[in-house]
This record gives sequence, C-alpha cells and structure tokens, in this order.
Amino acid sequence: MVLILAITIGCLFAGAIYLMLRRSVVKLILGLLLLSHGVNLLIFTMGDGVRRGAPPIVDDAGLPPANVADPLVQALILTAIVISFGIMAFVLALAYRANQAVGSDDLDDMIE
Amino acid sequence: MYDSVILRSVSRLMLPILLLLSVFMLLRGHNLPGGGFIGGLVASCAVILQMVAFGPTFARRVLPANYLAMAAVGVIFAASWGLPALLGGQPFLTALWLPEPIPGVGKIGTPVLFDVGVFLTVIGVTTQIALLLSEEPLLFPMERGPARDEGAPRA
Amino acid sequence: MANHLFLPFIVPIFGAALAVLLGQRRPLARAAVLASVLFNVGYGGWLLWLVISGGRLVAQASGWPAPFGISLVADALGATMLLVAALLMLGTLLYGRASTGPIYDSPFYEPLLLLLLLGVSGAFLTGDLFNLYVWFEVLLMASFGLITLGGTRAQLVGGLKYVVLNLFGSTAFLIGCGLIYGLAGTLNMAHLGERMAALRQPGLSTAIAGLFLFAFGSKAAIAPLFFWLPDSYHTPPPAVTAIFSGLMTKVGVYALYRVFGIVLPGELALIAPLILALAGVTMVVGVIGAMAQMNIRRILSFHIVSQIGYSIMGLGLASAAGLAAGLLFTTHVMIVKAALFFLGGAVEQVAGTGDLKKLGGMARREPALATFWFLGILSLAGIPPMSGFFGKLALLQAGVAQGQLLITGVAAGVSLLTFFSMLKIWNEVFWKKSYEDMSKLPRVPLGLLLPGALLVLLSLAIGVGAGPISALSAQAGAQALDLSGYAQAVCGAGGCEAAVSDLMK
Repeated sequence: MVLILAITIGCLFAGAIYLMLRRSVVKLILGLLLLSHGVNLLIFTMGDGVRRGAPPIVDDAGLPPANVADPLVQALILTAIVISFGIMAFVLALAYRANQAVGSDDLDDMIE
Repeated sequence: MYDSVILRSVSRLMLPILLLLSVFMLLRGHNLPGGGFIGGLVASCAVILQMVAFGPTFARRVLPANYLAMAAVGVIFAASWGLPALLGGQPFLTALWLPEPIPGVGKIGTPVLFDVGVFLTVIGVTTQIALLLSEEPLLFPMERGPARDEGAPRA
Repeated sequence: MANHLFLPFIVPIFGAALAVLLGQRRPLARAAVLASVLFNVGYGGWLLWLVISGGRLVAQASGWPAPFGISLVADALGATMLLVAALLMLGTLLYGRASTGPIYDSPFYEPLLLLLLLGVSGAFLTGDLFNLYVWFEVLLMASFGLITLGGTRAQLVGGLKYVVLNLFGSTAFLIGCGLIYGLAGTLNMAHLGERMAALRQPGLSTAIAGLFLFAFGSKAAIAPLFFWLPDSYHTPPPAVTAIFSGLMTKVGVYALYRVFGIVLPGELALIAPLILALAGVTMVVGVIGAMAQMNIRRILSFHIVSQIGYSIMGLGLASAAGLAAGLLFTTHVMIVKAALFFLGGAVEQVAGTGDLKKLGGMARREPALATFWFLGILSLAGIPPMSGFFGKLALLQAGVAQGQLLITGVAAGVSLLTFFSMLKIWNEVFWKKSYEDMSKLPRVPLGLLLPGALLVLLSLAIGVGAGPISALSAQAGAQALDLSGYAQAVCGAGGCEAAVSDLMK
C-alpha cells in the first residue's frame, strides 16, 4: 500500500514539475493542480493508518479500536482541498483575464 | 451551455432533488460523512447544473438569490455561533449542545449551526464564481438566453 | 486561559463580512472597517502590555486540550508583530480614503484589507503548524485579490507571477507539514519542538528544515527566491504596495523565526551558515537591483528584498541576541518601509508618475513631504537618532559578538549603498530642478501626507525610546528560542509530552 502510494505521489510530482516548466500558462496551472493532488496524497500516507497501522485513538480501555483510520490527516487533506479549490478558481479566472489582456498563453509574452 | 434535450429534462428534475440532498448532507454531517461544505457544494451543483443546461441567465432566475450577500451572511452566521461559548467564559467555538436530541433532526448544538453558516458561505461563493465565469461573453459565446429557447421551462 | 486571544480574528471577520453586506451603503461599510481596524490597534497595544508584564498568554480553540487542539499563543514576538500590523493597516486605510482612484472605490478593497489583517493576525498568534498554513492561505487569498484588483495589464501579469510563485511556496510548506506530521505525529508547535528534539532523525529533519526554509524564504523574498517581488509590487495602487511591503514578506520572516526558534532549533544551528550566506546575498542583490531602477516604487521594492537580508541575518546568528536584533530591525523596517511607500505614493499620485526622470523640484513645492521623506531615508539607512540606527546597531553588535565578521561587514557596507540609492530618489524627485512646470500640479492633500508622516515620527520615537524597546526585543528574542517555556505555557507545567500521557490515561 505504501509503495503504491509512494509511486503515485512520485508520478504526480514529476508530472506537475514537467507541466510547470512549460511556457504555457494553462499547463502551469494544471501543474499546480497536479502538485496539490500529489501533496494531498503525501499527507494521506503520513497518517498512522497507512504507515504504522493504528491511529492515535484509544477507547475507554486504552486500546485502539478496530477499523478506524487516522482522522487528522483526513481533516488536513479536506482543509487543503478546500483551500486549493478556492485558489484554483481564482487562478483560472486570473489566467483568463491575463490572457485577455496579453492576447497570448505564452509566459514569455507575459511582460509589461 | 449544451443544447441537449436529455440534459435539460434531467437537470429540471434534479434541481429539487439536489437541494434536498444538500440539506440532508448538511444535517447528517456531524457524525457521518457530509457537513456544511459538502452540502453547500451539492446545493451549488444544483444551480450550476441549471447553468450548464439553460445558461447563466436562467440559472440566476431559477434561484434569485444575491449569492455574494449569502456568502457574507454565512460567514457572520457561522462565526456568531462561536460567540455564546466565548461569552460564557469558554474558548471561542466550544461546542454547546441541547440536552435532548430533536426527533427527526438529531442533536442540535452550536456546531450544527456553525455548519449552516459554512453551508450558506459555500453555496454563495461557489455559485457566484461559476455564474460570473459563465457570464464572460468570450468564454461561453454559445449563450443564447433561455427566453428564445423552446427547451427552457418557465421559471 | 486567555480567551480574549480570539478577538483579533473575530472582529476583522465580522467587519469584513459586514462591509461586504453593506457594500451599497458606503459610509456604514467604511465605519465597520475602520472600527475593526481601530479595535485591532487597541487590542494589539493592550496585548503587548499584558505579555510584557505577565509573560506568554495561551488559549485553546474550541476548548480542546493542548496539544490535541489548536492552541493560540501570544508571546512578545507575536504581540509586537500584531500591534505593528494593525498600526500599518490603520495607516493604509486612512491613506486609501484620502486618495482617489477606481480601486479605492471598489466595494471589495476595504474588506480585502480586513481579510489580510485577519490572516496576518492569525499567523502571528497561532501555535499550530497546520493552522499557520491556513492563516497563510487566508492572507495570500486576500493579497491575491488586492494585487489584481483593478485588472490593468501590468497588474494581471505581475499578479500571475506573484500568485504562482506564492502558491508554489505554500505547497512546499504543506509538504513540510505533512512530512513533519508523519515524523512526529503532532502539529502543535510546542509538542513538535519537544518531539523533534527527542526523535533525533537528522536526515529527515534537515530535509523538513530545508522545505520550510524554501517555503518561508519564497514568501519572505530571500535571495534566490525574490524575483516575483520587484515584478509585482509596483503594479497595485500605492496603499496596497505599502501594506504589502509592511506585512507580506514580514509574515514570512516571522514564520522563519517561529518555526526555527521553537520547532526546529536543532536544525537552526546546522543551517545557520547557509542562512547567513543567503542573508548576505539577499542584502547585496537587493541593493544592487535597486540602483538600476528609475522608478520610485521599483527602487523601494528592491530595497524590501535588501532589508529582508538583515532580518534573516538575525535568524542566521542563531542566538537570542540575534533574534532580538532581527526583531527590532524587522519592526523598524515594517514601519519605515510603509512610510516611504506612503510618501512616495503621494508624490506619484500628485505628479501622475513615479519615473525619476520626469519628477523634480518637490522639495520646494512640498517642503513638509520632503522633510518626512528625508527623515525616512535617514532611518532606512541607519543614521541616529532614527530607529534604523538602533536596529542595525543591534544586528552588527550581535554579529561581532559571535565572530561573524564577514556578514557584519557586508551588512555595514550595504547600509551605505542603501543610503546612496535613497539619495538618488532624494536628488531626482526632491532636489533637482524639474524640467517640466511643477507649479500646475495639485498640492499633496493632508490625508496623503499624514499616514507616512506619523509612521516616520513613530520611527523617530522608537529611536528616542531605544532603551526600553531594546529591552522588549531582548525579551522577545529570548522567548522565541525558549522551547521549554513555550511548551510549559501551552501544555502545562510538565510540557506537552507529559500532557499527552496524562490525557491518554
């Protein structure tokens, strides 16, 4: 499980970096989007459920309950998703406006 | 905006269903998957579906709300429910619950009301973003307005 | 429990939402915004007084016990920054109301300023690493809105670079948060500090420290990561540039101080030479970049970069004295930089251009403005009795005391270059005769002069009251490196690990 996740995260990061190094603004934004997904998955693998097997939750007897995953990483990912959702909406609108003002999608043309 | 009979028929049916589902999601959210954010997204999906099927002009008419004001009211509403605890000498946002659950709705306390504020904010912000983007004339040149379109229902 | 620590968030969030709701009734909306900023100024002053006299204050959000919930911690470092941020925001608000322009009239301008204040206040008070990320995003969202509000071509192009590079920095921060959670199993800064010291994972914690250095460094605009700043900061209206110069990069500096002081003090000792090298390069590159520019706000933007080098130097000295000097300098530069942007912006607004070649004769035409500008550049360059002198003196003293002579020499040399570069603006804008007839220009209104002038006077006051203020910064520097005191304040007398085992029983 950890290995599959690690490979997936690596692929997401590699794809994101590749896209971000392109000159097109749209690809740059797609790269940022992929990067945020990669980071979310990275945080997911940092949860105890994946790495160590037991979340930091105990019942009244002081034992970890069955079938419970680490809730904190899920909360962190949800927060990160909400934030990146809002920011992506803004960045896409900004890229659209910039494209209108500059008349090009090429980062090399994005000069004053 | 897509010119599709199937999409239009389905989205007409889906509007009330999605809105109901969003409220269900909101109320279910405290102990089970769901909550204000998810509920708000589902509700705004209801409006966005109308926008995709019939265009933004119709979508604005079918739920004639000021979405920006809705978002601001949501923020105020959500933040207000942290204040009772603060006034009672406890930290901001400490959960306060009614002693008995209300039949059919469940336990009611400040977290649920906080979630209602989140719900309103998410509907307001998401729908406003989608509508503003789709009202860009250059982005969606197909927009014809539902008035001249036979497929559009009367609002 | 100091539950009033929530107030500097609650008030701006209500103020901003009310101002959006009241958008059409402009006087009411403006009153709501002004009231919340005034509240934050007053609260900041009160909190600083409480912290100086009584030590750290802590509150636990939603009543969750530390280290499981989100803790809010006010120490001298955070409280000082909170007060200065609120003061600068007050100046920005008043300056914006005195100026004219389509952006200042936008119904979203003042709510966005309040959201910026909200994010900054949250970042200065939080004691939780992930919560710090969230506050960073809040203030970044507000700044994205502010920098592109108006939508001119220069703003959109500069804003796109600003947004993308800041997003990349935030993502690095988020990766660091994830990794440190995986390593230590907590996100409370006090608890993290204890666990990172106990874990002894040298390779992993150095990697995490590098990620944080990159993330906050790109926000603070240190040497290889600064290029977005001069490209974007001169594009929005002057009031926005002033508040950005005062707050945005300094939040990055604050985060570096906080994270390396409390969470990763072991790593700080290791990478301190790297930080010092970056600080030196930042100072030199910034000031050289400024020399090549011929626009008031562009020159000042490059000086922001150069001054960040001094703030980072305080961190790189890796001692309480270094952090204290860095904090004193950072506070000074927040105030003076904003003042210079206000005054330069007033010139720009009256003359219609910020181009040095087209300006001139302002000293004769606007003697009051020229006087305050001159005092401001004296302060920035570090001439007594202004605040800049004491900030730089403390840094140089700490540098010499720790035997870091090279960086100390660079810092002293860059000071001279700063003065030279500032004199260029003085000569071109105020001293030389103008080629065009300046007498037809409108006079600088009092409302545009006042915020900058008051901030310059504040800088003078800091210089005059340097004794008590360096005592305060020494206290703040000692607190910023005092992990056990921090953990005891947050989690109780036994520290966080003891609190965890108590709560798990």
